[in-house]
Amino acid sequence: MTIELSHFTAAVIFAACASTVFGITQRNTSREMLRYGAYCFALFVGGVIVAAWAMWLLKH
Amino acid sequence: MANVQNATAASNRPSRTGAAASGSMAVIAPLAGWLVPGLGHFLQRRWIRGLLLMLAVFIMFFAGLGMQGKVYGFNTGDLLDILGFVGDIGSGLLYFIARAMDWGAGNIQRAVADYGTKYIVVAGLLNIISAVDAHQIAIGKKP
Repeated sequence: MTIELSHFTAAVIFAACASTVFGITQRNTSREMLRYGAYCFALFVGGVIVAAWAMWLLKH
Repeated sequence: MANVQNATAASNRPSRTGAAASGSMAVIAPLAGWLVPGLGHFLQRRWIRGLLLMLAVFIMFFAGLGMQGKVYGFNTGDLLDILGFVGDIGSGLLYFIARAMDWGAGNIQRAVADYGTKYIVVAGLLNIISAVDAHQIAIGKKP
């Protein structure tokens, strides 16, 4: 079975899974876990978008 | 006097048993969590956390295989290959199953296959973090 993913989709799936594990393992209460997971996810995806625009600017 | 000693011994017994159980769980939980993602949490009745950790590691591992990522075998060659093996083996049984089934041959002709290789390595690393978390719960450092 082969999965065809765009680069962005691959980055979002990566961010979702990594954020889930970070949230659960790095905080103690459910609320903190949720907040930290969401924070990590936003940083992952935000970082991808910022890096993409930086590369676009370098190219042009 | 004898009654007092018996009472003291009886009151110590459950705490010793509890400490022994906690001590054995401190070893069993991370090992189980390494072998099967999430199992270390399941053993300690953290059902939702265990399920989410299991899903995260399984999705990353199988998505990596689906993207035709490479599963590293034991090697003593390039440093990055050695580190790739160390990361991969973090997935526990998933890694051994993938090796036994000859999955993860890799495909250098696809750019996304390189993402797949990283997915598989990171799945292993995340599983190690989960196993350490199971240990922290077992020794009482985390609720």
